[in-house]
Amino acid sequence: MAVMRYQEALRLAMTEEMERDANVFLCGEEIGQYQGTYRVTEGLQQKFGPMRVLDTPISEVGIAGLATGAAMVGLRPVAEFMTWSFALSAMDQIVNHAAKITYMSGGRIRCPVVFRGPVGRGGQLSAQHSMSLESWYAHTPGLKVVAPATPADVKGLFKTAVRDDNPVIFMEHTALYPQRGEVPEDPEFTIPFGVAAVRREGADVTVVAYSHMVGVCLKAADLLAQEGIECEVIDLRTLVPLDMETVLTSVRKTNRAVVTQEEWKNVGFAAEVAARIYEQAFDYLDAPVERVGGADVPMPYARNLERAAIPHESDVIEAVRRTMS
Amino acid sequence: MEAAIKPETDGATLLDLYRQMLLIRRFEERCNALFMQGKIPSTLHLYIGQEAVAVGVCAALKPDDYLTSTHRPHGHALAKGVSARAIMAELYAKATGCCKAKGGSMHVGDMAVGMVPAIAIVGAGAPIAAGIGLSAKMRRSGQVVASFFGDGGANEGALHEAMNMAAIWRLPVIYVCENNLYGASTPVSQVIAVEHIADRAAAYGMPGVIADGNDVLSVREAAREAAERARRGEGPTLIECKTYRLCGHSRSDACGYRSREEEAQWRERDPLLIQSRRILAMNAATQEDLDRIEQEVTAEIDDAVAFAETSPSPRAEDALKDVFWEDR
Repeated sequence: MAVMRYQEALRLAMTEEMERDANVFLCGEEIGQYQGTYRVTEGLQQKFGPMRVLDTPISEVGIAGLATGAAMVGLRPVAEFMTWSFALSAMDQIVNHAAKITYMSGGRIRCPVVFRGPVGRGGQLSAQHSMSLESWYAHTPGLKVVAPATPADVKGLFKTAVRDDNPVIFMEHTALYPQRGEVPEDPEFTIPFGVAAVRREGADVTVVAYSHMVGVCLKAADLLAQEGIECEVIDLRTLVPLDMETVLTSVRKTNRAVVTQEEWKNVGFAAEVAARIYEQAFDYLDAPVERVGGADVPMPYARNLERAAIPHESDVIEAVRRTMS
Repeated sequence: MEAAIKPETDGATLLDLYRQMLLIRRFEERCNALFMQGKIPSTLHLYIGQEAVAVGVCAALKPDDYLTSTHRPHGHALAKGVSARAIMAELYAKATGCCKAKGGSMHVGDMAVGMVPAIAIVGAGAPIAAGIGLSAKMRRSGQVVASFFGDGGANEGALHEAMNMAAIWRLPVIYVCENNLYGASTPVSQVIAVEHIADRAAAYGMPGVIADGNDVLSVREAAREAAERARRGEGPTLIECKTYRLCGHSRSDACGYRSREEEAQWRERDPLLIQSRRILAMNAATQEDLDRIEQEVTAEIDDAVAFAETSPSPRAEDALKDVFWEDR
């Protein structure tokens, strides 16, 4: 184990996978000579050369299609979007091509591509630079969706993403990049998809989270513990595949659930998890499932407006209390 | 720059090119008949009139080279070597189809012969072709990629991004524009301000070549030069093939937007007519030889139809397979 930042753990995972498999390469804007807008790819072009850490034009459609095409014929591309907000113009390549080629070809073509980059508010970057839209990708058959919450997870899940034979949407949260944590140094350390982690055990309320909301929920759980409410905080880790069994096992124990997400609440991923709890554990529920999510507004610029648009510990605490009332 | 035709081609090759074009023509005509009989569902975008483009380009490709296609892919697939049986079975929605009845007309392909399952979003194949070209370059495989699109696709942003990338990294890609004068029903002059789509190549820093898209030798010559250039590591070429769709855009299109006179003029330049006249004029073969080829082609299509008709349908439960690689 070594203590390192989330972005360093991600870089370590990239380095290990590129050393392990010559078919793995990185492409994206500003990732090579500039070493990445968030420094995730720092030093990698110097180490692996300009072909395997490929600086691209500002061409999101081109990047997504390039990676998809390369993946169809034997390479394992890792394509970076400078932020996931910029992937919108590449949606056709991701949804219509990468996600569907295995199915449309009758299972004859594999497309092992990782699309990755930061999500969430970058700190007053306002409406067009603060999205993640994970529910759009999770909605699309053929895509796996990963949202790591810790330095160890970002390493282990990224390595699994690179080794997966399907397109993987890999979402890193900007606010997590500087966070430190223990990370296994074993180059064969991986974390399987579809296995949620119970981050905190508790008997009273199940709190479901992923990505940055895991930390928010853990802080809320600490505060609630002071008043005697014990939350069980579950980190989904991957939205597709989704480990509902861990969630349901917890709900059967606590009989209450709060599902959280940072992105817009309307038709968000939390609604899917809540619906499945109702479908599969209705008889165990002592209270309606609560959802916590971002406000349904484009991300505003002013600090206080931005704060008002995203969920905080207090929102989780209020939701938990509602399930207890 | 216009591609010059070198007439040194031997008789056997001329006949083979003719046979391939005829196979596509008769295949498409049969598809149309089967569609009218209700045996083929969905819709069809037929390749009738453009056969010289697919056959000419594929004559310059090797078996392990790649091809990306469009919503009008049957001609490309046959020319690249996908079997008539596998395509016809796919159109019939049978389990033996080249996509196991998951793709249909607009996604036919077979990677074993380099035919990427067709990409039916206009212009979207161009960046994927760049990625395949990047793979070939990184693996130093010597393969090239031919990426087909139409005059309609020429106006898609994806194409612009892809051609720029292919040019800056000198990727081994041949961008083949089949300008058949209409994007669905819209005349090309209404939506493109330059006279030749090939002129746009200059903006990317790649050669732009115009070929007679109804003359298979003109197309082959342009494609050969482009393929050699790509294999030398000198990068992509844009070839504009001037051609004409002798049928409607899809099965619901009665071509009310163009004149019968215009169609008649292009029928005079039917690529099969041009090639058969050439063969006979050069004494490369006799009319009997051409008739024999006609019979062979008919037999091949009869066999494909019989194969499709007798093949099993997919099982309903197969609808849920193949979403992920591990779920095949």
